[in-house]
Amino acid sequence: MSDAADCHAPPTAKREGAPCIALIGNPNAGKSTLFNAITGGSAQVGNYVGTTVDRQSGVMRLSDIGPVNVLDIPGIWSFAARSPEERIAIEAALGLDGRPAPDLLVLVTDAPRLQRSLYLVLQALELEVPVVVALNLVDEARDQGRLPDINNLSEALGVPVVATVARTGEGLDALKAAISQQLQHPRTVPPPHRWSEALLADAAELIPLLPSRFSGPAARQRALALWLLLSIDDAAALSDQPDLPRDAALRIRERATTAGRDLVAEIVGQRYAWIDARFSSFVNTADREGAALSDRIDRVLLHPVSGSIVFLLVMALVFQALFSWSAPAVDAVGAGTSTLQGWVQQGADWVELRAPLGGATPIFGDLLVNGILGGVGSVVEFVPQIALLFLFIAILEDSGYLARAAHLMDRLLRIAGLPGKAFVPLLSGFACAVPAIAATRTMPRFRDRLVTMAVIPLTSCSARLPVYALMIGALFPEFLPNTAVPARPLALFGMYAFSTVVTLVAALILGKTVMPDVATPDVIELPPYRLPHLRTVVWAVWARVADFLREAGRVILVATVVLWALLSFPRYSPEELLAQSPELQAQVTAETDLEALTRPLAIEKSYAGWIGHTIEPVIEPLGFDWQIGIGLVGAFAAREVFVATMGVVYGVGDDVDENSLTLREKMLQEKRVDGTPRYTVLTALSLMVFFAVAFQCLSTLAVLKRESGGWKWAGFVVGYITVLAWVLSFVVFQGGRWLGWG
Amino acid sequence: MTLDALPLDASAMIRSVRGDGPFRRRLLELGLLPGTAISRTGQAPLGDPLSFRVRGAVLCLRRSEAACIELDQP
Repeated sequence: MSDAADCHAPPTAKREGAPCIALIGNPNAGKSTLFNAITGGSAQVGNYVGTTVDRQSGVMRLSDIGPVNVLDIPGIWSFAARSPEERIAIEAALGLDGRPAPDLLVLVTDAPRLQRSLYLVLQALELEVPVVVALNLVDEARDQGRLPDINNLSEALGVPVVATVARTGEGLDALKAAISQQLQHPRTVPPPHRWSEALLADAAELIPLLPSRFSGPAARQRALALWLLLSIDDAAALSDQPDLPRDAALRIRERATTAGRDLVAEIVGQRYAWIDARFSSFVNTADREGAALSDRIDRVLLHPVSGSIVFLLVMALVFQALFSWSAPAVDAVGAGTSTLQGWVQQGADWVELRAPLGGATPIFGDLLVNGILGGVGSVVEFVPQIALLFLFIAILEDSGYLARAAHLMDRLLRIAGLPGKAFVPLLSGFACAVPAIAATRTMPRFRDRLVTMAVIPLTSCSARLPVYALMIGALFPEFLPNTAVPARPLALFGMYAFSTVVTLVAALILGKTVMPDVATPDVIELPPYRLPHLRTVVWAVWARVADFLREAGRVILVATVVLWALLSFPRYSPEELLAQSPELQAQVTAETDLEALTRPLAIEKSYAGWIGHTIEPVIEPLGFDWQIGIGLVGAFAAREVFVATMGVVYGVGDDVDENSLTLREKMLQEKRVDGTPRYTVLTALSLMVFFAVAFQCLSTLAVLKRESGGWKWAGFVVGYITVLAWVLSFVVFQGGRWLGWG
Repeated sequence: MTLDALPLDASAMIRSVRGDGPFRRRLLELGLLPGTAISRTGQAPLGDPLSFRVRGAVLCLRRSEAACIELDQP
């Protein structure tokens, strides 16, 4: 986040430098498109302090006054503060968040659904700040024969109103002219609607108790008093407000209720009363109502049969893209990393040969090759999947289908206590948790987001497949005993079914315990279908990729280096290791590659080996030993690393994959101390269950920390999942033994 | 009659909105006020949620939520 393109300035009354405007509007009113259109490519995404709500800002150039900072405030229905998004909106609009207030609010309204947009406009006017109204989507209104009369609207509101179509650029010059005019000669008007005497009396009682940061003109204080009356109730919302106005607001509400008044209906109703009384002078309501084309499309896309088929096809497409189509790009990144690693390794070898710096060069080379380059590689490897997923999400959202998908899945996901909007992130989790957790941003409520991102690591991502394949291939019989039922595909299917059930049950339990539902359910709006706007889509994809690289990338890189150190230190030369092991000495012949021979011992002597030994008592009841323990440490970089780590542990080398016959044979030959085979079907099952559940992905941890806004929730998720994985594996292994399978 | 019982494509006037504080406030702020016309436009394939047109927009409400809205008999 660069402060240059932001409303950052010393919090003084008069700001030096560029003026600042803020865009405010309903969701689906085309605010993001308008923002992108007027700021060009200058936009930057950051976060509002202490939240993960996007804070987008950019610069607009005006011919007469030069650069103007533009702040894009999240889409809201109302200024009343019940959700983090709504709170941010009013705080950003008034500069209550410690930053200077914008010089001008641009209300982005939705011409075809003008009544509801006007509700937000009236709230803004109550604050008595300079306002310009952008009447957006006038093309849609025109097509419906419901084009509002701009002059009447502007006259009634007392502020400039400009007709715009953000996606085509229509009216943007006029909008910029109006903004420029208002910035040079700021003018505030009193709101056009009137409050009842009773409400004015209630507000007057509250005004002296308002905190000092709410100070300002009398009209604004009254608006804030009414805002508090509307926002506060017994729920935890606004619990951080000072007790004095909060208690007073609660008392006033209670008194009103006792008197048979309904404060909420009064405040909301008096705004709508003005809208309803004037509306026929803005729009000719005699014309036919509504968006006929969207309704016809919905007859097909929300139909029980055709709607379900289209939904399944769309979701299959998204999943396929994430699961398979991203593979060439991911492979290319991997190959690129390997090539680069090869060059650097050669360079290090070359230096070592000519100027051996007391053994420092190989260590440094290894750090560069396997630590840093490996880490960068594993960050960049996620980019294709994140870009693809957000490409689909942006297209689906911009076209209006994402809201339909949420509508279709709402009933099903309610079983797990989640809203329909959780479907796309959860489905994506079966490909990769990293883009999936990032995709929870499409969910409007923070509480739903936290629950969803807490269970996404339980969905069986594609990195688990190599582990399943190794275990099933090595240990499962081809057919179920005494039948012709193929056992291996069944086992694989079983793992996916298991993962789905665990995910949904976990969501249900978390939603009832640690994250009880907050009171405001999200009301989904089905916006009219529109053609996706290329620039908005590209911007959305780029914003997410950049955010991932900047925020999660750092954590992943550092963690990869730490993990590399665990697996690489303390370091011993092959000769030192050989001297410690008479067993290995016996195997040495003239052409033995000493390094390859001693690698299993080197990893056993590393910190990772020490961890493997240390955790052995804990994982023993699950059927695992210290060698698997080392594999579990290695798997923390990424689950698929488990296979390579096991290859090293068993002396087959790290150049193995899940189909490696040598690795499978080696595993089958491993014995316990008592001579029984180390790996049985039961061990394999226990290990697969462990892998299906356990939190073994640093990148997921990094993105979880990023999207939940801190380590607290991320730490909780790691903790509960680790316990859950242990318990489930324990039940499988010990239960299986008790049943006599082991 | 409550809103969840409104047949497909039928319309009616809202008489009152009940329900929990925050949810009720949200519905009122979206313009679902007494005297507002509302019509049923569809339902999700699993029978729930339902979708309604009100003030030119299409909103989805779960059956249980729609049951909080009392309608005037036409």
